[in-house]
Amino acid sequence: MRYIRPLSIEDAVGQLAGAAGPAAILAGGSDLLVRMKGGFVEPDLIVDIKLIDGLSEIRETAEGFSVGATVPCAALRENAPLKKAWPGVVEAASLIGSKQVQGRCTMAGNLCNASPAADSVPALVAAGAQALIVGPGGKRTIPVEAVPTGPGKTSLARGEIVEAILLPKRAARSGDAYLRFIPRTEMDIAVVSAGVNLTLDEQGVVTAARVALGAAAPTVLLVEEAAEALIGRKLDEAALERLATVCAGACRPIDDKRGTIEFRRKVAGVLARRAAITAYERAGGK
Amino acid sequence: MNFDPRFSGRQFKSVGTRPIRPDGVDKVTGRARYGADFSMAGQLVGRVLRSPHAHARIRGIDTSKAEQLPGVKAVITAADLPDLTNGDAAMFDILDNCMARTKALYDGHAVAAVAAVDARTARQALKLIEVDYEILPHVTDVDEAMQHGAPLINDAIFTEGLEEKPVKPSNVSKRTQYGHGDVHEGFGQADFIVERSFKTEQTHQGYIEPHACVANVSSDGTADLWVCTQGHFVYRQHCAQLLGMEASKLRVTSSEIGGGFGGKTHVWAEPVALALSRKAGRPVKLVMTRDEVFRASGPTSATSIDVKIGARKDGTITAAEATLRYTSGPYAGMWAEIGAMTAFACYRLDNVKTVGYEVLVNRPKTAAYRAPSAPMAAFAVESAVDELAKELGMDAVEFRIKNAAQEGTRSSYGPVYGPIGIGPTLEAAKDHPHMKAPLGKNQGRGMACGFWFNFGGQTCTDLNIGMDGSVSLAVGTVDVGGSRASLSLVAAEELGIDYSQVKAIVADTSSLGYNDMTDGSRGTFSSSMATISAARNAIKILRERAAQTWDIPVDDVVWEKGHAIARGEKYGNLAALSLKEIAAASGKTGGPIAGHSELVADGAGVSFATHICDIEVDPETGSTRVIRYTVVQDAGKAVHPTYVEGQYQGGAAQGIGWALNEEYIYGKDGRLQNAGFLDYRIPVCSDLPMIDTQILEIPNPNHPYGVRGVGETSIVPPLAAIANAVSNAAGVRMTHIPMSPPRILAAIEAEREG
Amino acid sequence: MAGVAVSTTINGDNYEYLCQPDETLLDVLRDRLGLTGAKEGCGTGDCGACSVILDNRLVCSCLVLGAEAEGRTIETVEGMAQGDQLHTLQQKFLEHAALQCGICTPGFLIAAKDLLAKNPDPSEEEIRFGLAGNLCRCTGYDKIVRAVQDAATVMKGA
Repeated sequence: MRYIRPLSIEDAVGQLAGAAGPAAILAGGSDLLVRMKGGFVEPDLIVDIKLIDGLSEIRETAEGFSVGATVPCAALRENAPLKKAWPGVVEAASLIGSKQVQGRCTMAGNLCNASPAADSVPALVAAGAQALIVGPGGKRTIPVEAVPTGPGKTSLARGEIVEAILLPKRAARSGDAYLRFIPRTEMDIAVVSAGVNLTLDEQGVVTAARVALGAAAPTVLLVEEAAEALIGRKLDEAALERLATVCAGACRPIDDKRGTIEFRRKVAGVLARRAAITAYERAGGK
Repeated sequence: MNFDPRFSGRQFKSVGTRPIRPDGVDKVTGRARYGADFSMAGQLVGRVLRSPHAHARIRGIDTSKAEQLPGVKAVITAADLPDLTNGDAAMFDILDNCMARTKALYDGHAVAAVAAVDARTARQALKLIEVDYEILPHVTDVDEAMQHGAPLINDAIFTEGLEEKPVKPSNVSKRTQYGHGDVHEGFGQADFIVERSFKTEQTHQGYIEPHACVANVSSDGTADLWVCTQGHFVYRQHCAQLLGMEASKLRVTSSEIGGGFGGKTHVWAEPVALALSRKAGRPVKLVMTRDEVFRASGPTSATSIDVKIGARKDGTITAAEATLRYTSGPYAGMWAEIGAMTAFACYRLDNVKTVGYEVLVNRPKTAAYRAPSAPMAAFAVESAVDELAKELGMDAVEFRIKNAAQEGTRSSYGPVYGPIGIGPTLEAAKDHPHMKAPLGKNQGRGMACGFWFNFGGQTCTDLNIGMDGSVSLAVGTVDVGGSRASLSLVAAEELGIDYSQVKAIVADTSSLGYNDMTDGSRGTFSSSMATISAARNAIKILRERAAQTWDIPVDDVVWEKGHAIARGEKYGNLAALSLKEIAAASGKTGGPIAGHSELVADGAGVSFATHICDIEVDPETGSTRVIRYTVVQDAGKAVHPTYVEGQYQGGAAQGIGWALNEEYIYGKDGRLQNAGFLDYRIPVCSDLPMIDTQILEIPNPNHPYGVRGVGETSIVPPLAAIANAVSNAAGVRMTHIPMSPPRILAAIEAEREG
Repeated sequence: MAGVAVSTTINGDNYEYLCQPDETLLDVLRDRLGLTGAKEGCGTGDCGACSVILDNRLVCSCLVLGAEAEGRTIETVEGMAQGDQLHTLQQKFLEHAALQCGICTPGFLIAAKDLLAKNPDPSEEEIRFGLAGNLCRCTGYDKIVRAVQDAATVMKGA
């Protein structure tokens, strides 16, 4: 096993692409080290990307925000503009693990770990976030929901690294929210979760909506029918009821140690409804 | 030795105060040494290979490849721990649990172990050990294991306690029965009867410190063992017996212990570490991973309990009956029996009958967990009691007060009670402001009672007085939560000196006589008794030295407030001699001054508690929140009240975790699915409110200061108290612990659909 | 497997060590440097007993590689007291009996230090959520929360 700390993203890509055996990217490490400890992965090469210039920065750009791959989630809530623009994304990232884990874990890592229960991902999907990917073939940008393809699997090719998560510029009267269900108050993996992102017109009518569910299917679900239930309406009771029903119906969950199919379906609807109300309020709706 | 343990009312100077514990600074600075914090020169790393199967015959183990790996210094299997138990069935079970012999009996059962120069080599070596398993059908559920045709775990088990010995083996190792009167007749007198079945899932003690030890066996037949344990003397006996050593040649030192709660009363890794060290000829450090702790140590029983209670319209219980089935892991146990003894211990009953069944399953060997077996029985009984009170239209507290046991009551498990605290704790709960506080939407209040026997046992203590007058106290019970502070207070009290003059330590097995396991809430009860006895023996010598100094009869010398005083008019001109003065002169008056004590601390006073809690239930998700929690418990005499409160709060918190979220989850393959703190959900800080405590002091007549054990009872009521609160909040009776959100939501939905 | 040479600052002192690429910072602290104050309760970031402060961020040292410490600054429980003068949090933990077995105590002290550095006047709820990454099985957290509240009061006044 080798541990290296490249100083440029090109070098990192080259090392990863050229590795003879299994290689792993180390950003926050909060998933990688657990998997190494459990003997689930045994990389020959660990590429620590934390020294690469710019990867630890949150940048506000003309297009929105760029969150570097090694920015720990704890740093997100310390960034006032980001928190103001995307409170749902920041609260989702602030729910991962514990304070200790948040000192390490990253949104890019959360995305690439490809867990259907990843907390930040439904919020990112709802936000319409993009992943900026660098690889041997150059750079490309894809919607975050295109990165995970199944539990533990991604669409990334060998040598590719998610360099940053890109959040779009915020339209006026917009708000997002993320809720997850856990049995405890902290330190749990989401049993089921919902992210909702809304934009309103001046009358408080929803003009754009994105709804995503976590731990409800092998990958995070973008539920377009749920968005349709909200668009053109004022988040009245009927719209919320329809949202809950659609979300419950869209779930394709499993029974496991964390919850049952029945429970996940039911609670997915409840959470989507509650998150929509918060997002609506954040967007200035009344 | 003429030690009089009877209670004598006295004014206390030290006992009942709250000084800082003597081991405190080391623990806040990181200097305290726990199991894994000790190392020896040349030490190897030990690792254990564990069965991935719930039930499998071991056809063969090939260790040759592992042995050839550079850096591997020893590989052992059951063959290296031959059976020396000489027909002692309980010891054989311990041996087989430490290292599987013919069959792996649960996911996590040890089958081989290695010692290597470093952790990586040890891990690699484990992968090179080839075990040929024949996978057998398994059973993990308590009720399924009792059914005819269930996979048989041990074909030598024939149910004991039946009138006729069964012709066929089964998974039920024993049936026990307790009670008196005629329950059939009693139910005939009842106007109301509640009958219900309950289940509780298996939980783990969840101590934060994994099991850890360092073993060093010398070729001359002597050995040292450093280990985190609740009972180093018992570990010495067990390890010596299993390894064929003389006990006196094995010196066991108990490290600081990072939580035990009953879970560190059993040897698992220690005989393995000793066997590895013996084979390798080097010290071996063996530390369990968290995964191993969950899969292979602990846990408590999973249970299935039926309860039937009847009462007259006036609220008098006429009969009570329970059938209790407890898992014991793959070996015979006595856990259902304890449940059967404790189930109705809070009540005054003319007709009571409890039957316990010990059930073998393919799960880890059941270990004690804080008042073992009592919380589950209390959950079932106290839930039914609450329901019966409702049917009668009586207040839940009043109904319990009306039927509470009192001094002179014949307990449901046999003995007649002396002065006890169940009535007073109920009265205190009734008068507590918590009972009258308003409840919000979706909130419910519950209360419940609990009982625990407490234990005394064999205890040996040394008290040595230095020439500067300071006192060192060497005890053989382990300090699991502040007992060095409380025992120092007791020594100071008895000698009449200041707490700061006493330094208490936990002595190793070669420095002190045998002490039983630190369990049964006996640490402070029994070691304080032995400390009082040792101090009184030292005082006798101090008086003799004073008498010698003054040249007067010793009978004329009394000990008061840390001084020898010549009693009587004729000695009017003799100034009192302080302990310090007598100690300073000891070299010239006969040598060192010490007090020793060896005793069996009989008469542990039984303990009762009543808990009150408020729970909020989210009816849309089944999520729960503990809003308020109050513990009322009898301590006999609280030696260090802060640590007594700590025991009350800690027990309540463990009970809350058990009630709401903690459970072993097995897959269809019989493998444990949640062997980690992420999915075995013990309460975190934000899950809990402050836990209010009220200490009652109903003196134990069998202890000089009136002390009762306080450690365990506090985990007995929470399961029931929370179940009653959740049931009141959600409007549906909860009968399955833990009351996890999916279970609560399913119950609410089922009720809604009628 | 090639060892990695690391130079780092722990509690204000420079340390140099060689470690394996897969060795955690916790293993390095405990087994190579003799700093056994940080404890391993789980090894997977779920209990907080191994908490340290790494460049002003609270982390589980079991989730950090020893190799990553190169050029960085680490605070452990061993660095909290100044000589024989205990840190206010340490003193308050003793006074409030905020420990029973004490195995979780170093992690709680470090987490509480980080919490109070970032929020000198936390509410009870903020303390409870701020310390939710640290498991304690003995105390029910009551006395820990009270000790942190008391320490915050004293430290604000200082």
